[in-house]
Amino acid sequence: MIGDALAQVGACGLFLFQILAAIPKSLRHFRETIRQIWFVGAMSLVIIMTCGLFVGMVLGLQLYYVLSIFGGTAALGTVVSLSLYRELGPVMTALLFAGRAGTSITAEIGLMRATDQLSAMEMMAVDPLAYVAAPRFLACIVAMPLLACVFNALGIMGAHLVGVSWLGLDNGTFWSNMTSSVDVWKDVVNGVWKSVAFGAVIALIAVFQGYTTPPTSEGVAYATTRTVVFSSIVVLALDFVMTAFLM
Amino acid sequence: MTQRRSYQIGTGFFILLGFAALAYLATQTTSVANFRQGDSYTLKARFTNIGQLKLRAPVKLAGVRIGSVESIELDPTKLDALIKLSVDKRYNDVPDDSAAAIFTSGLLGDQYVGVQPGGSPDMFKDGGEFVLTQSSMQLEDLIGKFLVNGSPQKPADKASAPDEAAAKVAAPTPPAPDIKH
Repeated sequence: MIGDALAQVGACGLFLFQILAAIPKSLRHFRETIRQIWFVGAMSLVIIMTCGLFVGMVLGLQLYYVLSIFGGTAALGTVVSLSLYRELGPVMTALLFAGRAGTSITAEIGLMRATDQLSAMEMMAVDPLAYVAAPRFLACIVAMPLLACVFNALGIMGAHLVGVSWLGLDNGTFWSNMTSSVDVWKDVVNGVWKSVAFGAVIALIAVFQGYTTPPTSEGVAYATTRTVVFSSIVVLALDFVMTAFLM
Repeated sequence: MTQRRSYQIGTGFFILLGFAALAYLATQTTSVANFRQGDSYTLKARFTNIGQLKLRAPVKLAGVRIGSVESIELDPTKLDALIKLSVDKRYNDVPDDSAAAIFTSGLLGDQYVGVQPGGSPDMFKDGGEFVLTQSSMQLEDLIGKFLVNGSPQKPADKASAPDEAAAKVAAPTPPAPDIKH
């Protein structure tokens, strides 16, 4: 049992090196990478934007309530923006991304495996790592930080809507407190680095699960489930480690 | 062909939107938004205690932001804090007998430099120095004075002459109630 788990982790690590080695070759199929960015990024915009808006609105409501106990509602903009940029934006986006894009990558590659399309590619001397795996990996790395930024921006707008328009906080206080305590490099860019790492991890897990799935319909179903479970666990664990390092 | 074009347009739109969001976050919601590289001039002020004042803290006149704190240094001979304020050129008609004081915005807020305009017909020039300054209020000092004297008649820390003058000009303290034991 433990041996199996270790073997999985080891195989996944080796698979990462195989993908990295295939990236230069995959740049010849750059159009495929663009298509994958469209699929995992642009098509995820609706869910990311909706969730970002609602997370921001909930943060606005909850933090307004908590801060009003201490008479510090003026800090609402600061608290919302810091918690979004540093923590909630990258993590929530990563979890949504694993559910929206990771599963479809696993299912697609898993079906390719089950219907022997990957073997057919090899027969035609097309490297499936360069044509199937690497473009999806690159696309996730590009799409995740952009999605996280969109999520953050919508979250700030949601918090502004609730705090300023509904609860009557002063507009100038909201923005000036935010701008005086949020730092570009320490807060915004650190969040971007986090989301790049989450994108890479989710892509690796999704592609690996699809690539190594048992070629049955049941196998594809299990692989898709495992993608969501593993990516969520790894994203949250990695988040702790990266926060400790980027502090 | 049309399908290929539509996803390429979609991808381009997505990438543009993502970078627009990043640019918005980085420039509008962070300290970059306060960093206006407009024309400005420098004013100096000396304080015996600056409290928690930080670099780039706002300088306000009548509550309106007119500039920011450019540098904070310790004067090695006079042993007081020398603050350089960079003030926007648009606000170049500040009377040269104005007073500078360090205030706290709200209960938990950051500290800022508040300017109280004087009545002099002459205006500050580049490099001008505030004669009247009032240091940051230290909660411990206030409590200490209150407990020891009953009323804050003599400042416990040796405030420099400008400081006391500023205290009288800027904020005449109401007589504190005597505590009889």
